[in-house]
Amino acid sequence: MVISTEGLTFTFGHQQVVKSLSLNVPEGSIYGFLGPNGAGKTTTIKLLLNLLQMQEGSIRIFDKDLKSNRIEILSQIGSLIEQPAIYAHLTGKENLLNRALLLQVPASRVDDMLKLVHLTDAAHKKAGQYSLGMKQRLGIALALLSDPKLLILDEPTNGLDPNGIIEVRELLIKLVTKHNKTVFISSHLLAEVERMATHVGIINYGELLFQGSIKDLEGLSQPLVQIETDNTVDAANFLTRNHFNVTEVNDHHFFTPYTSKQQMGEINALLNKNGFTIYSINKQQKDLEKLFLDITQTA
Amino acid sequence: MGFWSAVLLPLVLCLLLFIGFFNKSDELKSLPGIMLWLRFAGVILGVMGSLLLPMLIIFIAYSVNSIEHKADTWKTLFSLPISKPAVYAAKYFYAFFLVLLCLALFVVFTLGFGNLLSVIKPGLKFNEYNIAGTLSQLYFKLFLSSLGILSIQFLLSLLFRDFLKPMGIGFICTITGVILAANNWKYAYLIPYSHPMLGLKALQQQKEAHAGTMPQITVDMLTKDTWVSLAVALTVFIIGYFIILKKSVK
Repeated sequence: MVISTEGLTFTFGHQQVVKSLSLNVPEGSIYGFLGPNGAGKTTTIKLLLNLLQMQEGSIRIFDKDLKSNRIEILSQIGSLIEQPAIYAHLTGKENLLNRALLLQVPASRVDDMLKLVHLTDAAHKKAGQYSLGMKQRLGIALALLSDPKLLILDEPTNGLDPNGIIEVRELLIKLVTKHNKTVFISSHLLAEVERMATHVGIINYGELLFQGSIKDLEGLSQPLVQIETDNTVDAANFLTRNHFNVTEVNDHHFFTPYTSKQQMGEINALLNKNGFTIYSINKQQKDLEKLFLDITQTA
Repeated sequence: MGFWSAVLLPLVLCLLLFIGFFNKSDELKSLPGIMLWLRFAGVILGVMGSLLLPMLIIFIAYSVNSIEHKADTWKTLFSLPISKPAVYAAKYFYAFFLVLLCLALFVVFTLGFGNLLSVIKPGLKFNEYNIAGTLSQLYFKLFLSSLGILSIQFLLSLLFRDFLKPMGIGFICTITGVILAANNWKYAYLIPYSHPMLGLKALQQQKEAHAGTMPQITVDMLTKDTWVSLAVALTVFIIGYFIILKKSVK
């Protein structure tokens, strides 16, 4: 495990922001850390970077205790927390050079990083005049500068346009698959994480509600049979009378849990025989967006 | 910002002084070299001890820290593989360097403009007396006297994000310190904000004592108040170190 925490708890005043969190981030994964705004994501990340003093529990990164190996661990982490921290009076390149000096990284890497995040043309522009997306990309370049093994990114696609989001996503996938990095990325957008994550942790009100591979998460979602007929309500009532469990009815469709292909055929035949016209009937995977809502709301 | 203020302040002040003396050169021709230098350097030293130096330090301490507050870079600095005390110490010594630079430039510009005056206005007898040694000592003493304030202001600026808190606290303390020092309060030497003024007062007293005769200037480098200033500087620096170790970055 690259990151493993146990019983991690953090309290601001009287409010418990992080509750007994046990994260497990395997090596070579893109770990999507999901939760609505204010769920405790940033607090958790600040704990992982030792920016907040740990109160309870333990954090191990690269199988070493964070507290007693702070510098050694931090030297292998690149991070981006909330809005990127950039000196507005320096140019993009100067920001990178400044960091390269602090980290004793050869200055040649600066140009590579600028190229990587497509800022070469804007390298000599004051960073204060950058658009939000450019600042975010510069922030990612700063995080990658020391070629760290682990990237911790807090909402890195905030403020990026669709093209920017796709670029960041492809970059992260490339880093993991080709360069053997591990990425820990927080987001409140499931759709975004779903497209790249290999592992997911879902947090709400400071509690970890789910943790596992993206496959496990999909497995949690029960498939449904989606049926469209000429008279949705009557058809739904009819099936209920015939001992089918109708879970949801809306204007156009109704749903019943999927068990087998045979069952779908039976439903089809039954409705047909009783005068309903079926426009469509198909098996549907519950989408993760909905699952995410279910998980975060029922808790 | 801090760097340029440390360079421009002495330059502008000494330049103004130069212009003033240049215009009044006829009145000043009668003065012997030593008195001329004392007048010349004394104008700045007078303001320096009371208000200018403490305010300058408040500003420098603020500017060194505000650059990180403004860019929101504390969280980045403290998540780099650099020990927290190293970040703290590096910042502190930069502020320390700026104060030293500024005071050194005051010496350089005072001497430079004084000698320039004697070249372009040969009537002025600046060249009769060499004040370089005394002036350097005097400014060095001022520097030592200001370190207590520097440590306190540095820590305040580090902890408070806004300008008004360290500025306001520093301003009130400075006024109080100046009033106490000016009124010869017995324990003024214990208050860091009184130290620059006390440092210069020692000089004034000597001047008065020798009134009438040719003044002899000696600078007593390590007086009681200077020791207190150094002790405060060191103590607050160490306290700050522990605060930084324990502090969470929000």
